[in-house]
Amino acid sequence: MLGLFVLAAVPGSLLAQGAGTATHDDPRAGLDAGEANSAEQAAWNMDLVSWTPKPIPFDSTGGLTYASSDLAFRGNYVYQGNFSGFTIWDVSNPAGPEVLNTTLCATDQGDPSIYGNLLFISAESNRARIDCGIQGVEDGADRMRGVRIFDVSDPRNPTLVKNVQTCRGSHTHTLVPHPTDSGVVYVYVGGSSGVRSADEMPGCASGSVEEDPNTAQFRVDIIRVPLSNPEAAEVVTYGRIFEGLQPVGSRGGPSGCHDLTAYPEYNLIAGACGSYGLLLDASDPENPVRLDALSDENFSLWHTAVFDNHATSVVFTDEWGGGTQPRCREGDPFELGGNTILGIGTDGSFTQHSYFKMPAVQTDTENCVSHNGGLIPIPGRDIMVQGWYQGGVNVFDFTDPGDPVEIAFFDRGPLSTENLIIGGSWGAYWYNGYIYSSDLARGLDVLEMVPSEHLTENELEAAKLVMMEEYNPQSQPHLTWPAAFPVARAYLDQLIRNEGLPAARTSAIGSTLDAAEAASGADRRTQLNALASELDSDAADARDADRVRALAAVVRDLANAS
Amino acid sequence: MKAHGQRVGGGLGALLVLVAVVSGCGQGDPGDAALPAGDPSATAEVTDEAAEQDPHAQHGHDGLPATAGPGYTVDDVRFMQMMIAHHDQALRMARMTSEQGAGLEVSQFSERIDISQQDEIRFMERWLDERDQAIPGEDERHAMRMPGMVSPEDFQRLGEARGPEFDRLFLNLMIEHHVGALEMVDELFASPGAAQDSELFQFATDVGADQMDEIGIMERLIDRLQPA
Repeated sequence: MLGLFVLAAVPGSLLAQGAGTATHDDPRAGLDAGEANSAEQAAWNMDLVSWTPKPIPFDSTGGLTYASSDLAFRGNYVYQGNFSGFTIWDVSNPAGPEVLNTTLCATDQGDPSIYGNLLFISAESNRARIDCGIQGVEDGADRMRGVRIFDVSDPRNPTLVKNVQTCRGSHTHTLVPHPTDSGVVYVYVGGSSGVRSADEMPGCASGSVEEDPNTAQFRVDIIRVPLSNPEAAEVVTYGRIFEGLQPVGSRGGPSGCHDLTAYPEYNLIAGACGSYGLLLDASDPENPVRLDALSDENFSLWHTAVFDNHATSVVFTDEWGGGTQPRCREGDPFELGGNTILGIGTDGSFTQHSYFKMPAVQTDTENCVSHNGGLIPIPGRDIMVQGWYQGGVNVFDFTDPGDPVEIAFFDRGPLSTENLIIGGSWGAYWYNGYIYSSDLARGLDVLEMVPSEHLTENELEAAKLVMMEEYNPQSQPHLTWPAAFPVARAYLDQLIRNEGLPAARTSAIGSTLDAAEAASGADRRTQLNALASELDSDAADARDADRVRALAAVVRDLANAS
Repeated sequence: MKAHGQRVGGGLGALLVLVAVVSGCGQGDPGDAALPAGDPSATAEVTDEAAEQDPHAQHGHDGLPATAGPGYTVDDVRFMQMMIAHHDQALRMARMTSEQGAGLEVSQFSERIDISQQDEIRFMERWLDERDQAIPGEDERHAMRMPGMVSPEDFQRLGEARGPEFDRLFLNLMIEHHVGALEMVDELFASPGAAQDSELFQFATDVGADQMDEIGIMERLIDRLQPA
């Protein structure tokens, strides 16, 4: 079908650089179909720990109406959005998640975020009601398009605290904590749906900014939530972050952001906004300032973003086809419907490095395209887990942003070989040692990474030391590791893998670490301080000096903690 | 154009009346010759007159049956039926690029339209089929009237244009075509009770967002073309 991609004829174009298409030579290609957990599975370097079907109120083959959406995490609870509400799971036992509550409430698409006891839920649909009913809307006064706020202090009995109405509804949203006032959190509203009439919501207008400076298009609405009084949450301002991107008199361009990923540690926001990826400075969350914007002819729908831990690179996804189309077929181009990896300069400018797409051929009854994910906290490496709808879950390493490499996957066959039934992983996230994947149709999957040549036992153990209280993937947490032996050994394993130090040295360092761990008190401190000094010298002429220095720092921290 | 539609009356019926041009499937459809190309406001005026003269104009979906059902309205069904025809014309335009010596950027852009809108047609056909609604056949697709459709004359001009001249005409016509799709989405959302079906809502929202953004891409492509 795709004869075209004239790419090969264009030396030097980005398209030509990464040109390629999906392969049949992969265990994920050609899996037998089946609903629920009955489809054939393929797994590499990761195992399925548990599969739990959707709770009965959502257990429907009714297409998107009862599809699961995104995830948020707090303590032992997983909050799973749904096009018709949300589920609160207790995952104290990852092998057997339990439903604590299922709340029916029409949303489309119901993306959740959790902040303390407040659960935020996006509602965009024309059918979403102020009273959460699922019977549809006849009178516009009953319609609720915006962000709902629930109090979930009792996870078995969530209560609706506030409906924050917006002109275009909320497809997604992003929590941006106030940089200094811990009593305030902002919510950036993502979405590009139609503008409601001014009859339904006074002040709403559509059209270009030239036609109407108050137009609800071409802007991002910003909600301010006073945490002590969430009933007072309201849209306080909006960011006109697209100005100057289009020619004068333009009738098009990005009119909203599908998704924004905040990285509060660096006061940055990566906006995935139509045909642009944006970088915003959000030091003042009520006045976001655009630092850079990148368009790419290959990217039709900039969808979401994940920063590396140091905010020196960012993975942007392209949800070509909106998630309901099969875009991983034989011949579907590698550069469309996948990820692009950008570098972020110290001046906040983007540089494009590479494309990455789940490489296995999927059928034309499997909706498949790049979708949501987050970092796995491996010290010293940039590793991301990601959902690809019916293309499954995969894990890739983008430490070298120019050469992303897949290192693990889990996939099922299609829901059906006859019809495209919408399903698959909406998003997959590492949270406190496990990977949770929200399947639109099948329910909740819990997965576990398995040590391999690409990821050692020590690296995984180090990742498991990062315990989060709360995790909203669109409000990216900064990862830090405790001073611990597995973290040191993770760096050492990496130096062995990439020959960043001669084998004789890595072997000696390993022995010293073992001896120090066996010792205690002052003895241990002395050994570790000596090792740290040796590592300082090693770094001088090591092939991977940065990693040696990172190892020295951990060893020094360990010494101080002894 | 939008204000025009709202003045004529409510719902999608009005859209059909307001609409501009015939699809350009074949040459010489009666009445086509009177329609000017390129100036949307002029087109709209002429169309209103044409609509008054043509008793069938309000059947812009060519008399295809459409009924309401659980969770969807007649306007929802008509939107899908007409958007199939609208996409159908975009596909025919997109597939001209290889013959006409289009530049690389226009070729790549039209390839994406080809893949996307072909899939979307399949999606809309499935949506209609699952609800036992009529799917427009080829003749019906060619006979339907919707905003932004390219006239037979413009199709002919496009077929005669080559290289950079083709690129410019293609982009300008496709922008108008996309603007028409946005109007169809706006009209759908303005129709009482419409777009409450989750799949249709998401689809119509995506069409609106994607095509508005593609207009932006095409405007940028035009900016990069050599001056005519």
